[in-house]
Amino acid sequence: MIAATHDHPANAKKFTDNEPRAHWHDQAIWFVRSKRDKAAWTLPEWETLRERASQIKTHMLSNLAGYLEQFEAEATKRGAVVHWAKDAAEHNEIVLKLLQSHGVKKVVKSKSMLTEECHLNPFLERHGLEVVDTDLGEWIVQLLHEPPSHIVMPAIHIKREEVGELFHKHLGTDKGATDPPYLVNAARNELRQKFLGAEAGITGVNFAIAETGGFVVCTNEGNCDLGVSLPKLHIACMGMEKIIPRAADLGVFLRLLARSATGQPITTYSSHFHGPMEGGELHIVIVDNGRSKILGTPEFRRSLHCIRCGACMNTCPVYRRSGGHSYDTTVPGPIGSILAPSRDPAQHSTLPFACSLCGSCSDVCPVKIDLHLQLLTWRKQIAALGLLPFDKRWGMWFAGKLFSRPRLYELAGKVGRTLWPWLPRFMVYNPLNKWGKQRELPPMPKKSFREMYAQRNETARKKNS
Amino acid sequence: MPRVGLFIPCYIDQVYPDVGIATCEVLERFGCEIDFPVNQTCCGQPMANTGCTVDAVPVARNFIEIFAKYDHIVCPSGSCVAMVRSHYEHLLHDEIAAGRVDKAAFKHVEKNTLELVEFLVDVLKVERLDVPFPHKVGLHQSCHGLRELRLGQCSELVSPAYSKAEQLLKTMPGLELVPLKRVDECCGFGGTFAINEEAVSCMMGNDRIHDHEEAGTQVMTAGDMSCLMHLQGLLVRQKKPMKIMHLAQIFAGRSVV
Ligand code: SF4
Repeated sequence: MIAATHDHPANAKKFTDNEPRAHWHDQAIWFVRSKRDKAAWTLPEWETLRERASQIKTHMLSNLAGYLEQFEAEATKRGAVVHWAKDAAEHNEIVLKLLQSHGVKKVVKSKSMLTEECHLNPFLERHGLEVVDTDLGEWIVQLLHEPPSHIVMPAIHIKREEVGELFHKHLGTDKGATDPPYLVNAARNELRQKFLGAEAGITGVNFAIAETGGFVVCTNEGNCDLGVSLPKLHIACMGMEKIIPRAADLGVFLRLLARSATGQPITTYSSHFHGPMEGGELHIVIVDNGRSKILGTPEFRRSLHCIRCGACMNTCPVYRRSGGHSYDTTVPGPIGSILAPSRDPAQHSTLPFACSLCGSCSDVCPVKIDLHLQLLTWRKQIAALGLLPFDKRWGMWFAGKLFSRPRLYELAGKVGRTLWPWLPRFMVYNPLNKWGKQRELPPMPKKSFREMYAQRNETARKKNS
Repeated sequence: MPRVGLFIPCYIDQVYPDVGIATCEVLERFGCEIDFPVNQTCCGQPMANTGCTVDAVPVARNFIEIFAKYDHIVCPSGSCVAMVRSHYEHLLHDEIAAGRVDKAAFKHVEKNTLELVEFLVDVLKVERLDVPFPHKVGLHQSCHGLRELRLGQCSELVSPAYSKAEQLLKTMPGLELVPLKRVDECCGFGGTFAINEEAVSCMMGNDRIHDHEEAGTQVMTAGDMSCLMHLQGLLVRQKKPMKIMHLAQIFAGRSVV
């Protein structure tokens, strides 16, 4: 067996070892899921909206090339410059060149999962640029030198007290201060300086409209607008699946996105960009980075519907109890466990198994991605690639043989049940038995159902004759 | 009289035989003629869910052959039924195409394999269960029964409220259903997940137990014994007084032990 470089069970175990913290994490995120439920219930047409959104995305994906070209043409007409990047490296190069050719040293960035995916920050920093994430949560994890643990709430794993500590160290706030308005204010003052000093703004893209060549960025802090209003250079980075065909489709997604993400009716800011502002430049970088490969696999194509709302993370009982970092990927949780193996199945082979197959993610997803079924499909592919650990592989081979032979199965059961009560406890409960670490095994009955059933029929027959 | 082929999942056969017997008693009470074909073993779910499709296929093929002759195939496990109804088509696709599995037989089995509660409510149209059960009962909604078979409303969906199990439990004299904070969160069993992700699995189980404790559950019940086996394992290890019973055992009027 090839060892998975990333070991979700081991990471998750570490996370649950700190039980109070794991509980706090679970409850904090469950709270968001509950808010999402309330928000969804305010719209009687919720399920229709989900269906509609899913259809639009399916349609878009089957006509992606055409819509991308249309978007490029329309955006160009509006004065934007469109760039195409086949992978993360190309994307980073394009951004760097743009910044260098404009003599930029300081950049502000509003939240963009794509630039996280491409590891743009460390790349630019290596080239001597200063990059500041201006989304509060993003900025907190940046100060901590950690990756985000959630795609919508990047610092959800960090407690208020720890933010206080961090700000005390970096911003000189009062020691022990945990009052959110006080801390937010301190952050705001600091970030304001960054905004004022920035020479370029980088943003993500939530929806790019083919029909108009415009795009929309959704934020709650308004940092996107601030970041691109002062500097003359605006670079917007988007995955190529962010396209929607028409402006009229936007309403469907905006209604779903914030409700699914945080339970808000809509994000505080939905910023529309149609061409550069006066005297400025707008560059749009469209990135593939493995997306066409996913598009080419019918089983996983639907994962490209994703609008990165994070609802599947919030509902996932495993994510809530293992934390975003346990996935070792930019996008964690159910959707991340599908996207990551598409990049590298060997490295991420434990992710599709970090799932109890409860199916909650598929029901919560606003664009109806059949997440749990795709995870199941990944399991098959991982087995087919020979990436299953030895015990699992041969255990299942053995079970398959046993269950195909009714007599052998019956015999094995009988032997097991007879021997069981005689086994000393240390033979049953030892480190090899993971079941028994925290759980008892059920008491073994003397007879199987089939034996009892036969006996029952026999008694009935005797009574009747 | 409906002729029922009884499908008893392997772990119920071997470890929880009384759940099978209780299922027989309930079905007979409502006039079914039951047959238990003895050459059945398992539906193949453990292998399929681990990704070991090749090992699951022969088991699924046997299943179709064995059960094709019955009007209804009834099983006291939502998870095993979901395997047949939602996953066999994909699993057996090549077998059917190659003629190794008869298409009509497959279609018949797929359509007519029902979970016990669903069979009672939808086919037998059972409205009341006049069996006294004077206890505080907490219903654990097993995920596959819920989100694949839709035996009840799922909390993620904006859709009308219903629950087939609750509907029956509510008619039992003396039975009090307790309200839970998280009505349909997974217990963390998940088959090989329980071993593979032991830490998270047990934490999920303990959280479920805690929710039931706060609600005052004396007997926790579910349509799937596998979830209950996991929860029982945690309860017994921690010497907690809460009991577990399969829905069939409650419907059959078993006393709490
Ligand atoms: S997969 Fe669905 S639920 Fe998960 S982040 Fe994407 S859109 Fe949201």
